[in-house]
Amino acid sequence: MHRRGVGAGAIAKRKLAEAKYKERGTVLAEDQLAQMSKQLDMFKTNLEEFASKHKQEIRKNPQFRVQFQDMCATIGVDPLASGKGFWSEMLGVGDFYYELGVQIIEVCLALKHRNGGLITLEELHQQVLKGRGKFAQDVSQDDLLRAIKKLKVLGSGFGIIPVGGTYLIQSVPAELNMDHTVVLQLAEKKGYVTVSEIESSLKWEMERAKHVLEHLLKEGMAWLDTQAPGESQYWLPALFTELYSQEITPEEAKEAIP
Amino acid sequence: MDRFAWASGLLEMNETLVIQQRGVRLYDGEEKVKFDTGVLLLSTHRLIWRDLKNHECCIAVPLSQIVFIEEQAAGIGKSAKIVVHLHPAPSNKEPGPFQSSKYSYIKLSFKEHGQIEFYRRLSEEMTQRRWENMPVSQTIQINRGSQAGRIRAVGIVGIERKLEEKRKETDKNISEAFEDLSKLMEKAKEMVELSKSIANKIKEKQGDITEDETIRFKSYLLSMGIANPVTRETHGSGTHYHMQLAKQLAGILQSPLEERGGIMSLTEVYCLVNRARGLELLSPEDLVNACKMLVALKLPLRLRLFDSGVMVIELQSHNEEEMVASALETVSEKGSLTAEEFAKLVGMSVLLAKERLLLAEKMGHLCRDDSVEGLRFYPNLFMTQS
Repeated sequence: MHRRGVGAGAIAKRKLAEAKYKERGTVLAEDQLAQMSKQLDMFKTNLEEFASKHKQEIRKNPQFRVQFQDMCATIGVDPLASGKGFWSEMLGVGDFYYELGVQIIEVCLALKHRNGGLITLEELHQQVLKGRGKFAQDVSQDDLLRAIKKLKVLGSGFGIIPVGGTYLIQSVPAELNMDHTVVLQLAEKKGYVTVSEIESSLKWEMERAKHVLEHLLKEGMAWLDTQAPGESQYWLPALFTELYSQEITPEEAKEAIP
Repeated sequence: MDRFAWASGLLEMNETLVIQQRGVRLYDGEEKVKFDTGVLLLSTHRLIWRDLKNHECCIAVPLSQIVFIEEQAAGIGKSAKIVVHLHPAPSNKEPGPFQSSKYSYIKLSFKEHGQIEFYRRLSEEMTQRRWENMPVSQTIQINRGSQAGRIRAVGIVGIERKLEEKRKETDKNISEAFEDLSKLMEKAKEMVELSKSIANKIKEKQGDITEDETIRFKSYLLSMGIANPVTRETHGSGTHYHMQLAKQLAGILQSPLEERGGIMSLTEVYCLVNRARGLELLSPEDLVNACKMLVALKLPLRLRLFDSGVMVIELQSHNEEEMVASALETVSEKGSLTAEEFAKLVGMSVLLAKERLLLAEKMGHLCRDDSVEGLRFYPNLFMTQS
């Protein structure tokens, strides 16, 4: 009796069919790539048209930039991934954010010895605006956050920590885990925190509170005031900008420029 | 219209009614929807529409969802309208009459007039953003306040009209920009879908797609800023662009590296290169992706990753382990040093100074004294004196 699909002949035939199928598969991928190439060209044209009409709007209007970024994120596109991307080349969004990245790095480096590598978004914003001069484009806090997110990939410890209604920007590779973050958030209200406050607000044991505070001291992010009435206070220089907001000194600026 | 949610029409505790208008019809973008005869209410927090015949049918959208508004004058057979541009609906939005919409704006059509006053009030609410605070004033006080505002000195009217015209012009430009942007994004979305479909094909035909095709695909993704759906790698890493960039970097960085003792952090490199370029700057990802190819391309630099996550570029001729030996000498001379002290002595950045001392510690040459006064390094006498 003939049994189909069995025997050397059938196997060989099947292999041939598979090979042909694979070939077609490759051709299919080639077709789709060709299609993508064509569609890319069309998209590039559309983007060029858009840029010719609205490029200025993006550069001048922080609100419009937010709209633009949100929409890109929604559809799964990152306009800041590469300077070689269409968005960057034609809309100039890249240059805007990448240059901002440089300015952020420089400000953070200059102030690191003062605040241990932690700075509020507000202070960073102020210092960056100062550095840009009065004829530069307006830069919003949203712009800063987006630029910082891109800087993370460089490995020097850039991070964004939500505290209170704002953010602390970290610019050193110090390890800050959940415990540290929570204590920073607690300290945000007054600019300092004590061991007792941590114990009562967070319900931690003294050991845990002290461990976290010591880490912040070691990293230079917190300063210890043993002369405070009552118990010692741990101050965060990043948070008391009203008292200490000064110009960046020439020595600090030298540290910043490579 | 997908930003609207079903509502009871009842005002919340701190919500106040500002104005209402009968005879309003709603449009989803350019298309009429079934909500054609109703009352439109503006509160301090929301825009509410209730069907005139069926009071149960009531929908609302928070004012915080509104990006901006513009007026559309009446025409022959056409009522005056207000165009309301909206943010995308948040994922946690309550259910509403529409699941999705291809438009990012709606229109309010005033079949029984009242558009001018409604627009004025809505603009006011958009400016004041009272929904952000807890509104304390009562309805009566609010009305009185705005009535007083309506009485103006005659000479100012002309100036205000000019400002209003200028604002309208700006708004018109913005609105056009916004519309064009939305259309552009639709097209970009198509590109994303296509790239996903190609990626699936690649996954299925594993190994049957040529190297060339892979590189092509990656460069397409790079142009659009789409993450590689197959490998989830950073966008378009390993393309011809990055290879060229790597070669350029080798040229640009030779001297600066030599000046800095053969080693620089990636952030330093980022700043240096972009400051030099001035235009057509590199993204941080471009830099990292290019640097990853340095060794493969047999260039005289390399990318190195420290345990801390810090990344540096070193000259191939640079030997960090040898530098550690000289660091040990320096620390021994001084008895002990912190990263800051060492950095100052040697003329390095604190970041790299710390990495060198940490490496020395890892190699067993230095010991640490980790106290609240900072991290201090000592020669490891356990090693040398045993």
